Amino acid sequence: MHKGKLWRRIRPHAAGWLCASPWILGFLVFTLGPMIWSIYYSLTEYPLIRPPVWVGLDNYRFMLQEDKFFFNSLRVTTLYAIVAVPLHLVMGFLMALMLNQKIRYIALWRTVYFLPSVVSGVAVALLWQWIFNSDFGLANWLLGLVGIDGPSWLLSPTWALPALIIMSLWGVGGSMVIFIAGLQGVPQALYEAAEIDGSNAVQRFWHVTVPMVSPVILFNLIIGLIAALQTFTQAFIMTAGGPKQSTHFFMLHLYNNAFQWLKMGYASALAWVLFAYILIATLFVIRSSSLWVFYEGEIKGR
Amino acid sequence: MATGVGTATRHQVDFRIRAGRLLARTSLYMVLSLGAFLFLVPFVWMVSTALKEAGDVMKFPPEWIPQPVLWGNFVEAFTQDYAPFGIFFKNTIVITATAVFGQLLSASLVGFSFARLRWWGRDYLFLVVLATMMLPYQVTLVPVFVLMKVLGWIDSFLPLIVPFYLGGGAFYIFLFRQFMMTIPLELDDAARIDGCGTLWLYARIILPLSGPALATAAIFSFLAHWNDFIGPLIYLNSVSNYTLSLGLRILQGYGGYGIQRWNLLMAASLFVMLPVLLLFFFAQKYFIQGIVTYGVKG
Repeated sequence: MHKGKLWRRIRPHAAGWLCASPWILGFLVFTLGPMIWSIYYSLTEYPLIRPPVWVGLDNYRFMLQEDKFFFNSLRVTTLYAIVAVPLHLVMGFLMALMLNQKIRYIALWRTVYFLPSVVSGVAVALLWQWIFNSDFGLANWLLGLVGIDGPSWLLSPTWALPALIIMSLWGVGGSMVIFIAGLQGVPQALYEAAEIDGSNAVQRFWHVTVPMVSPVILFNLIIGLIAALQTFTQAFIMTAGGPKQSTHFFMLHLYNNAFQWLKMGYASALAWVLFAYILIATLFVIRSSSLWVFYEGEIKGR
Repeated sequence: MATGVGTATRHQVDFRIRAGRLLARTSLYMVLSLGAFLFLVPFVWMVSTALKEAGDVMKFPPEWIPQPVLWGNFVEAFTQDYAPFGIFFKNTIVITATAVFGQLLSASLVGFSFARLRWWGRDYLFLVVLATMMLPYQVTLVPVFVLMKVLGWIDSFLPLIVPFYLGGGAFYIFLFRQFMMTIPLELDDAARIDGCGTLWLYARIILPLSGPALATAAIFSFLAHWNDFIGPLIYLNSVSNYTLSLGLRILQGYGGYGIQRWNLLMAASLFVMLPVLLLFFFAQKYFIQGIVTYGVKG
């Protein structure tokens, strides 16, 4: 009966592993394995039709010294993230503040602002390409209403990137919803206590609301940053990176290398650079967050 | 308090406060209305364009009410042979339905394992699950493509379906785990005493109680697969295998270089968006729940 006893001990563990096994298998086959292969590919020249040839760090050297699109794509992607992400935070937060008041038809208002964020992909990109049409588009019609002669948007190297940023703001409802949930989690007692202490509304906003929702700000910042650095579909559909490379996002460069020019080795190297960039940016944000994010139950030594 | 208040009567102060509040309210509603207009007008614009004659699309200032209303654009978007949308629609439904099913099945089972079972290494592996959330898909893009090529799966639906049967992605596992942890553990003990096996416990007790998590996961999974662009773009080559996203992309080139048929494009885009919008109106609660679980508890 010894074997039976052992089995009885092992059995629950086996059951756990078995239930988790689809993920374990998937992790090995579609994540860990490919990660290792990706490191290897990044050190080879691999045109897909021939086997990979070891080139050492040459892909990375090429990136820094010869690839004339590389730094531009980094610049475009960074610029987009630096402008779009803070705009999203501010707008999402302001909208959440407005829609966390006691107003009539609150559910309807929230639906209206949330709605555009649920649609995405090629259909949305086409819609906005049409909106930004310089002759017959909605954007320039609206600007015309207030007496502004609008630019040629997607055809202009100056205005193409701002156009994509404006388009991204249409989807701000997602972060708004998260902010509303955060605002609703702030205990009413804190506001009452602050009011008794003689604070005004502005002080209550800066000393109660902002610290209490700062973890949510951090979350939205990180998610927004990661998504912005991976921007692809809009640029691919609406501008194909142009005009004059002004919307040539990093991901577009990676896609072109991998699937247009079949430079699989070089594309892998680009992917690792993107990963490193995302990781460093995220870590930087998290590090800085100890200065401005307040966690409940945390006592700050001064 | 301002010094001038002392000279004002109580009634006047009261009036001032009320006037101030009224002003604040009014401006709040005005800002909200303007914002709502700007958020909704792209949809109106889209519908209006989709129902116009080709010639009326290129009019400025635009005519908001199409004269005549051309429902035929939807028919033409579907029946032109440049981009056969009927086939794309069918392909997208097949891929989305199969992938969503696999993703729910596998993520819920794995989530169940992390939430309700005790086993060696569980907590370490869960950290790995969370870590994979941080990994951008680009890193594995090329090797997974090569793997699919070796398997001979290029230009089939398999690369867009099979991976989702293996774990279903960290976000979904996390979602199920968080929800299943809130179900009382006594249920498991009671079921065990009744001689219930692990799979039975999952299928007959925990899963039926996880309705809200299933609904949320189903919606997000549906959105992800329905709108997926880069997956089909990389893996599908023949037009007969294309999805709606790729179909829109080729319709973009319909009608000659540089001249886009915006009325047809908007009709087709609207058609692609419609299931998402309908789902949203029927299940808004779950959209919000999913986002909030991810954002506040994550």
